[in-house]
Amino acid sequence: MPKTLYDKIWDAHVVHEDADGTSLLYIDRHLVHEVTSPQAFEGLRMAGRSVRAPDKTIAVPDHNVPTTEGRDNPDQMPEDSRIQVAALDTNAKQFGIHYYPVSDVRQGIVHIVGPEQGWTLPGMTVVCGDSHTATHGAFGALAHGIGTSEVEHVLATQTLIQQKSKNMKVEITGSLPPGVTAKDITLSVIGATGTAGGTGYVIEYCGQAIRELSMEGRMTVCNMAIEGGARAGLIAPDEKTFAYVQGRPHAPKGAQWDAALSWWKTLYSDDDAQWDKVITLRGEDIAPVVTWGTSPEDVLPITGTVPDPASFTGGKVDAARRALDYMGLTAGQKLNDIEIDTVFIGSCTNGRIEDLRAAADILKGQKIKVKRAMVVPGSGLVRAQAEEEGLAQIFIDAGFEWRLAGCSMCLAMNPDQLAPGERCAATSNRNFEGRQGRGGRTHLMSPAMAAAAAITGRLTDVRDLMVEPA
Amino acid sequence: MEKFTTLTGVAAPMPLVNIDTDMIIPKQFLKTIKRSGLGVNLFDEMRYTQDGAEIPDFVLNQPAYRNAQILVAGDNFGCGSSREHAPWALLDFGIRCVVSTSFADIFYNNCFKNGILPIVLPQEQVDSLMEDARKGENARITVDLAEQTVTGADGRVFNFEIDPFKKHCLLNGLDDIGLSLEKVASIDAFEAQAAQARPWV
Repeated sequence: MPKTLYDKIWDAHVVHEDADGTSLLYIDRHLVHEVTSPQAFEGLRMAGRSVRAPDKTIAVPDHNVPTTEGRDNPDQMPEDSRIQVAALDTNAKQFGIHYYPVSDVRQGIVHIVGPEQGWTLPGMTVVCGDSHTATHGAFGALAHGIGTSEVEHVLATQTLIQQKSKNMKVEITGSLPPGVTAKDITLSVIGATGTAGGTGYVIEYCGQAIRELSMEGRMTVCNMAIEGGARAGLIAPDEKTFAYVQGRPHAPKGAQWDAALSWWKTLYSDDDAQWDKVITLRGEDIAPVVTWGTSPEDVLPITGTVPDPASFTGGKVDAARRALDYMGLTAGQKLNDIEIDTVFIGSCTNGRIEDLRAAADILKGQKIKVKRAMVVPGSGLVRAQAEEEGLAQIFIDAGFEWRLAGCSMCLAMNPDQLAPGERCAATSNRNFEGRQGRGGRTHLMSPAMAAAAAITGRLTDVRDLMVEPA
Repeated sequence: MEKFTTLTGVAAPMPLVNIDTDMIIPKQFLKTIKRSGLGVNLFDEMRYTQDGAEIPDFVLNQPAYRNAQILVAGDNFGCGSSREHAPWALLDFGIRCVVSTSFADIFYNNCFKNGILPIVLPQEQVDSLMEDARKGENARITVDLAEQTVTGADGRVFNFEIDPFKKHCLLNGLDDIGLSLEKVASIDAFEAQAAQARPWV
């Protein structure tokens, strides 16, 4: 029977299946951070259980950690954050799992560290107590977020109780125009399907525009599968995937590499595989986009205007009205007239080296016109590479703050937060009310678009800055 | 985990669509290392002013709904992050059941780990229950998990679908980990076979 990529990975991990389809699925990699794990480790302790596969369990603190210099000093953290990070330190040590503490140059956002260190490999099942685990799907790994009870379940059993999702294909045909990036693809897909459009599905992204993306870009696309409601996003592995993986610290080597490669090359959806839902977008039609509201589905090309809430139907009419009120916008306003206070470049969506290169490319020789701007690299290694390539200096010369790695202002659990009413051009993944700080106003976009906003002080079509003057 | 069998109570109406986990429990309350005590911060930024005063218009601050046990909510409830703090906060407040046209996947699963029943019904049935909820204590709703029914204040009965395994665990208050550990021989066998087939993992 023809299979999808999802079917193939699923079938390779079923430990047990009940008559009603409830399955026990084996988990190859379990990533852990400080916010969603303390209660799970505590649960193990209370029940006298151990971690079943500590060698497949990798922990890194990222959500709470300050991104300013001198953060090894615990006094830099508020008491509750310090306790949470200390709990992860203790749990990692006590249960013998792999750990990258704040002081380690390899520390960073868990979804950037996993691929960087070669923990994430094609055909694996990967889970983490974090919804953006979808990121790892870029490698053709079945990767999704879980709650803390499930974190405890995986720690204790190295399995998850699962019902299989349906198969959805999202095809992006053709090539992207200049100035259009992976972030514009993933936001445009959510704009087309809505934030509940993927509920009940695993999405496989395919088509020429996806194949043409780098691994970094593919991670950006899969990262936001969750914002489309899907359990996971997948991209079939290819030569780019294998080249990215080869030589990473935890990637297979020698004969094991050859064996792995021959299996990985079978990981694609068969031509006649059955899909429960198919969405197709033309790459040529995708424009640089920004969000205007408080849901990632509230997205439009930068050339557009703020929509009239009355143009929606059902519950979305009231939601859009509430969103405009929260965002301080009026219907009909041109998106590229919206003035910005702050720019945030970073997060597991756009905190990789390619993202920093794209932003630096726009910022070179320019000065920011916003009140503040910060770059938070996704990991210590991304930061070091950006410094080596001279990108850090471009950011600093433009007026950006050059920070240490962490989740930072994406969810504002550390001191990097927006003030009420402060308007931010952000490369992160959620524009929910209060997401970046109570009353903060978030516009999501690509790193190049965020850089463009930084130098004009308003939402800006990056393509206008890319055209050479006549 | 506490069992869920039947429940009759006041339902609070929250018709807003896309109520996300940042609304349900904002990030500043995720710094706890415990599961309990989050009810006071449920819907914090909708419920309190920046100074901590109650916002009287917010539904759970209204006298009729201060002890609500059911939420009737707009589409795509619980979207956003995987934080189990969202169902912990609902449970700590006293909410045992949420009714909507759809739920975000991770939130939906997290509810079942905490004795909360999320019920998916078609739009017109949710609309009908939303009307009941707007009547506060004058229109109690009854949920029966074994029968898979919701009964509105006017006696209309709506049937809902639920995965049989999730239903079984919730009805009996079963611990998933204990159940899975009963299959430890299968896990051992899988690991041994996988170590041959995919030794690089």
